[in-house]
Amino acid sequence: MAGIELAGVSTVYPNGVRAVDALDLTVADGEFFALLGPSGCGKTTLLRTIAGLEQASSGSVSIGGADVTRLEPGVRKVAMVFQDYALFPHMTVSENIAYPLRVRRAPKPERAETAARTAAGLGLAGLLERRPAQLSGGQQQRVALARAMAMSAEVLLLDEPLSNLDARLRLEARTFLKRLQRDLGLTTVFVTHDQAEALAMADRIAVMSEGRIRQLGSPRDVFQRPADTFVANFIGSTPMNLLPAQVRNGRVEVAGAHLDPGGPHPDAPVTVGIRPEYLHEAPEGITGTVSIVENLGVTSLVTLECPQDVTVGLTVPEHEEPPVGSVLTVAPRPGRLLLYDSDTGQLT
Amino acid sequence: MTPRQVARRLAYTAFMAVVLAFFAVPMLWLASAPFDSDPGLGLRWPDWTLTNWQVTFEHPYALSSLVNSVVLCVVATAVTTVFATLAAYTLSRVRIPGRDALLYVLLLLSSVVTGTAAMVPIFVMMFQLGLTNSQYATGLVIAGGLLPAAIFILKDFVDSVPRSYEESARVFGASPTQVLLHVVLPVARPGIATILVWAFVQAWGNFLLPFLLMRDVSSQPAAVLLRTLRDEGGSANLTVIPVFSLLYAIPVVALYLFVSKRYGFRFHGGIKA
Repeated sequence: MAGIELAGVSTVYPNGVRAVDALDLTVADGEFFALLGPSGCGKTTLLRTIAGLEQASSGSVSIGGADVTRLEPGVRKVAMVFQDYALFPHMTVSENIAYPLRVRRAPKPERAETAARTAAGLGLAGLLERRPAQLSGGQQQRVALARAMAMSAEVLLLDEPLSNLDARLRLEARTFLKRLQRDLGLTTVFVTHDQAEALAMADRIAVMSEGRIRQLGSPRDVFQRPADTFVANFIGSTPMNLLPAQVRNGRVEVAGAHLDPGGPHPDAPVTVGIRPEYLHEAPEGITGTVSIVENLGVTSLVTLECPQDVTVGLTVPEHEEPPVGSVLTVAPRPGRLLLYDSDTGQLT
Repeated sequence: MTPRQVARRLAYTAFMAVVLAFFAVPMLWLASAPFDSDPGLGLRWPDWTLTNWQVTFEHPYALSSLVNSVVLCVVATAVTTVFATLAAYTLSRVRIPGRDALLYVLLLLSSVVTGTAAMVPIFVMMFQLGLTNSQYATGLVIAGGLLPAAIFILKDFVDSVPRSYEESARVFGASPTQVLLHVVLPVARPGIATILVWAFVQAWGNFLLPFLLMRDVSSQPAAVLLRTLRDEGGSANLTVIPVFSLLYAIPVVALYLFVSKRYGFRFHGGIKA
């Protein structure tokens, strides 16, 4: 078992694109860690740099305390599951799973035994003689995981592990992966662009953008207190309300309302961030006209047209949807109002 | 069906029958003439005999020319397939400046500067090297002509093989040789099989280069010998030619059937067979 330590890692492609930019990161031993960000933010490059498929242009990568920056991928004791699983189409499931042992020239009986044992652990026992093309997406993913496990590596890397599954299977696989990771206790880093996936599975999340980490923290931290407006925008299945506002005499003036900033704050222009989930009807607060009601299942997302051309979203429980056109006054729950510097976008 | 439709159907069928007959006649001649006691250039029900076969087998050069052909084609095919595979893999995976330009120039030169155009320099070169009358040398020259197109076709094929296969193998610790042997070659097998058969057929049917480089009748391959099969009077030797033609056709058909069964030709790129 081993943790991962990245110190000042930059990965620059030959065409000059700086995909990972002077990044420091420590992943603890046995941690389930998510790299989250929009496409092109460098998260996959970072994962490939840890795996050794890309060379860090500067900085150092350590795994289990040993510097592996200049080592070939095969000797880093890092297993990886690719986004397309990369199962070898000409090999059976059993041969695929035992491939890491074949590379090490392990005897055939040992290979078959390891394949059978690993496959049984992942519910693939009856499929050993099939070819990858004869498997469903979920089965292919488990074969890819089994192959990674057969390597008995210290670190497991998963590139977009759920993106090739259909929506229903994705939920099952999420639970499955989390249980597997906990049972194996393997240091695991996975890349995703889906914030819900990261929040659900990871112990800690790094939100990335333009090759840098914007925020590093537990799912709860990242959800409740996004460090800047980028993270605030990115995290949450319903977009966070980011409203232009002004702090004056210790009160926040936003959309014609005066709210409590929840603490002392100097007078300045700010951006107010409130999650739709943390807004509720109140006698005093932001007043607006209901323009759209979207059904999200257990809750509904209500869009309010407020003064100063501001729209505010909030979620309401089922059966409590206000009629379109009615006027509603809403306020954030205490302590759930976030203030961002309107120039830098940083949490203040 | 209206009479009009019937007429159209009949006309279509008649047309197809004529087209079919046009292509079938030479095949039928190839099947019947070798067994006819008096083979001609026309098609007729044979007067069965095996004399033609006996005469052909007794011909001083007929069988040895087929052996020469096999040697020449095995050399040309092996060289083309091995080098085209390695070159295509490298060109597909390694980023070098001007790679695409290089490929197009190769293809362009090989189709513009054909063997016919380069006939004299090739002969002079091989003559000065003392490599005329050698099946191996001629096979090499043929392979040289086939390589650009083979590399071009195979490179396209290897491009369509996802890189993640190789990266996955590398993560599991495979050396470059292991990646090539365990992953790349098996995955690219249908493409390689296609190139193999294509190269063999091209070399088997090549007349000009062996004709040019093999002045000695005993070393000439079948494609060249076929032209010299005449009797004393100078007219085509119709006892030997039909049998020889049939023997000449067999290896290509056999190779095609074997490779198709063993490796399977598949359509790639968009079409899934």
